[in-house]
Amino acid sequence: MSEVTTGPQFGQSKWSMVGKDPYSMPLDEIDLSHPGIWQANEFLPFMERLRQEDPVHYCKNSAVGPYWSVMKYNDIMEVDTSPEIYSSEPTINIVDSFEEFTFPSFISMDPPKHDEQRRVVQGVVAPANLKNLEGLIRQRVCTILDGLPLLEEIDWVERVSIELTTQMLATLFDFPFEDRHMLTHWSDVATAIPGRGSVIQNQAERGEAMQECLAYFTRLWNERVNLEGGNDLVSMLAHAEATRNMPPMEYLGNIILLIVGGNDTTRNSMSGGVVALNENPGEYDKLRADPSVIPNMICEIIRWQTPLAYMRRTARVDTVLRDKQIKAGDKVVMWYASGNRDEEVIERANDFWIDRLHARQHLSFGFGLHRCMGNRLAEMQLRILWEEIMQRFQQVEVVGEPERIYSSFVKGYSKLPVVLYPL
Amino acid sequence: MVNILFIEHDGTEHPVAVDIGSSVMQAAVSNGVPGIDADCGGSCSCATCHVYVDAQWLDKLDAMNPAEEAMLSLSTDRQANSRLSCQLPVTEKLDGLVVTTPEFQF
Ligand code: HEM
Repeated sequence: MSEVTTGPQFGQSKWSMVGKDPYSMPLDEIDLSHPGIWQANEFLPFMERLRQEDPVHYCKNSAVGPYWSVMKYNDIMEVDTSPEIYSSEPTINIVDSFEEFTFPSFISMDPPKHDEQRRVVQGVVAPANLKNLEGLIRQRVCTILDGLPLLEEIDWVERVSIELTTQMLATLFDFPFEDRHMLTHWSDVATAIPGRGSVIQNQAERGEAMQECLAYFTRLWNERVNLEGGNDLVSMLAHAEATRNMPPMEYLGNIILLIVGGNDTTRNSMSGGVVALNENPGEYDKLRADPSVIPNMICEIIRWQTPLAYMRRTARVDTVLRDKQIKAGDKVVMWYASGNRDEEVIERANDFWIDRLHARQHLSFGFGLHRCMGNRLAEMQLRILWEEIMQRFQQVEVVGEPERIYSSFVKGYSKLPVVLYPL
Repeated sequence: MVNILFIEHDGTEHPVAVDIGSSVMQAAVSNGVPGIDADCGGSCSCATCHVYVDAQWLDKLDAMNPAEEAMLSLSTDRQANSRLSCQLPVTEKLDGLVVTTPEFQF
């Protein structure tokens, strides 16, 4: 089990493509799974080359074993909507042992079990329920923004993106507000690769944190199971027919799925919007001239950022995609980050264009049965955030190079220095 | 041209006239009818072009294929007359069709 304890050898530079010329290296050596180029923000030309020269690409040697990369928008659509050919089991991460880090949850289940479990929890993030939460969320956004210092450098990731996302999760679970930072901690631990510089050193530490999470949520469950109603997630799970006899590990799996699903993704969209507008001052001017573009801009931010770079499937049967023979058991990775830049489907795909037509048509939430359950929640949070930013600040100016996360899965920022200029 | 009446959840009516060959979803989108998001652009893989079909029209529609059934079965506000409008081709026999859009698409 020692490989599992240390995780895949991401640290070894032999797999890194950072600094290499994407167009002169041998095609079959291109390995998008290595986090180096994602952290260094060098991934775009590698993806572009694969889209042009080998849109269904086989990478034979990588730190995480052999895998297929699906690069084009329409091919990704095909894989995403064919669960009978491409399974979400055992895991949707490129790392096989990732599943051992986490717990059973419906994101890595196929129908019918997936459908049964999703049906139970999705009501809590359905727009009808979100409408009731909008006031509270706006209030929390305003409090955070009003507490920020003006005209001095702050870290947007820490002060806004993380704080707001954490508060939002606490709202959904009706989680004791003063303990809310534990949610972020559990989310970080659940997805961490143990080792130096990580929040955990080994699997045992992960186990301890997850036990703590389970104990906390079990207490909330017990407090709420005999109370009527409650439109928070814990009450919903405790009351619904399909979940109220759920084994503890499955309960934990669902809780972790919701914490993880709603954490990094929304956080990085909140930072990504600031980065995108600063890189495209003309678009920022458009936004200032007409803030009614915000709902459309939110879709564009989520496409441009693509907070989850990929989802993985596993072929159930031998199949053919374009001209490639995929064998049962092969890993198939849908690179949403590439499909979202596919000029064949998306006009001026590399441009950040806040009033783009058909902005909703992007791959960032996936498609098909596993399509992101929190998509309307994420859009609402971002919409409220930008509505309130525009009420207060002439500019959120990026004043230093953003620091990016060392991951080929979670695409985002660990640091974003900004200065706020009032209206 | 075929006439279709879209009614919003609050009762606002949007009559449109469209060519044969497109879909009911496209009829709404290209005429600026609110209440249809169509996130996936018409490939039956998101359920955000959900509509309620007026009872008298139900048996004039083609039966649901398994993909539509699968997507709709995950909808939070599905009713017996729910359909995904991207899966309803506009044909002559649908002249006069009446559909209601839900309050939210999800
Ligand atoms: C911009 C923000 C977000 C992005 C980009 C995003 C992205 C995704 C993607 C790509 C999937 C598809 C998984 C697959 O096909 O295997 C997914 C699924 C999921 N997301 Fe999100 N997500 C976001 C926000 C949220 C939020 C706020 C929540 C919290 C409720 C959430 C909860 C989930 C859940 C529960 C699933 C599993 C759905 C299923 O398997 O049926 N997501 N998300």
